[in-house]
Amino acid sequence: MGTFLEEVNARINGVPLQRCYHCRKCTAGCPLAFAMEYNPDKVVRMIQMDRRDEVLKSETIWLCVSCETCITRCPNEVDIAGMMDALRAMALEEGKAIRGKNILKLHEAFLAGIRMNGRINEALLMAWYKLKSGDFFSDLAMGIDMYWKSKLALRAPRTRDLRNVRGIFKKTSKSGQEGKRP
Amino acid sequence: MKVSYYPGCALHGTGKEFGLSVEAVSKALGVELMEVDDWSCCGASSAHATNFKLSLALPARDLMRAEKDGAADMMVPCAACFNRMKATQHQLAKDERLKREVEEIVGDDYRGTLAVRNAIDVFHNLVGPERIREKIVKPLKGLKVVAYYGCLLVRPPEICAFDDHENPVLMDNIMTALGADSLAWSYKTECCGGSLTITQTKYVVKLVDRLMTMARASGAGCVVTACPVCMANLDMRASESLQLPVFYFTELMALAMGLTGPEKWFKMHRVDPRPLLIGLGLI
Repeated sequence: MGTFLEEVNARINGVPLQRCYHCRKCTAGCPLAFAMEYNPDKVVRMIQMDRRDEVLKSETIWLCVSCETCITRCPNEVDIAGMMDALRAMALEEGKAIRGKNILKLHEAFLAGIRMNGRINEALLMAWYKLKSGDFFSDLAMGIDMYWKSKLALRAPRTRDLRNVRGIFKKTSKSGQEGKRP
Repeated sequence: MKVSYYPGCALHGTGKEFGLSVEAVSKALGVELMEVDDWSCCGASSAHATNFKLSLALPARDLMRAEKDGAADMMVPCAACFNRMKATQHQLAKDERLKREVEEIVGDDYRGTLAVRNAIDVFHNLVGPERIREKIVKPLKGLKVVAYYGCLLVRPPEICAFDDHENPVLMDNIMTALGADSLAWSYKTECCGGSLTITQTKYVVKLVDRLMTMARASGAGCVVTACPVCMANLDMRASESLQLPVFYFTELMALAMGLTGPEKWFKMHRVDPRPLLIGLGLI
């Protein structure tokens, strides 16, 4: 594979990042830009400058909440949200030290829940996430409140054909490691 | 009218009152919901944030199952599920090789024939404000609302293909049909912080407080939403001094239509909306 830029472009499956002329509309509209160490348009430039490690190890790529404001407003149709997805997947596949650790742990707990039951049981999801993150006490009162309001069920309906769902996980985890979008 | 129905996980859990109110309102308006047989989770943010093909294969499984029901439309009330279904259709339509690969992963054929619609779309465009108006027994007089659409119903517009992406109005139209006063405001499609609510609560509080401040400045007594993630964030993460009651738009439809259920659903909210409604003589 070629440069970092070429790799990211291949995964985005849309217009190339070189179309960005840094008008910074993406950054101006980004709800999380205030919390990021690199603004979205800066990430585009860093990719072009082949600053692979800094990008893949940044917390920025995990703070992107996928609101899609950036791609909606980009005058050049650069898929910044898709770029963030691609960067997260690359960071995972390359085993980079992940800065947004708890964010990733929530994603992992979420996907583990689907693999187990086919559907998300939010009570189970929270329990799983808390075990993985060690963050036991935040939102505990809220969780109990929701339980009493019968919003967190300890047992929830599952998908019957779990073999099918787990097969999807198995097949995509392999192709995920090969790691290339068509 | 028969439509395929994909409730998604949240509507059985934290968004329970959204699911119950969608079902009640559908029934009253003659929309027959056929729940997709043995559906599974769409993968939400967690799939597309980490694994591109998984993020397509999970929704594709549900789309393939729904296609077998024979309905032309599929109602997907949850904004996150709606967005994933539409994004999957978009990717599979533009890339034949990817489509074949996803079919192989899921083990079924994908036709791409379904019109995926969120609940606002179904009630506004398939049923229509006129029919809704005919069913109203208790107009929501005096209720000042701001309609909050959030991100995933409208963005990206070429994928969601739903309403104006900077100034959507369809939920406002429904509120007007119910007799409520739907106010103009500029934060209709600002982000609430979505799934960061659990891991980066401080940022989500900041975003939600911004939304609530603007809602209050616009003169609203409550916020109306069509997304279980937005609902959870707005209802649970606002700082105490800024809290406002938050409703699913279908709860207010049910209330205005005189259906049974709303008072029970309102008890599930964290910010109790009943004092506001009692004050206006609506419950």
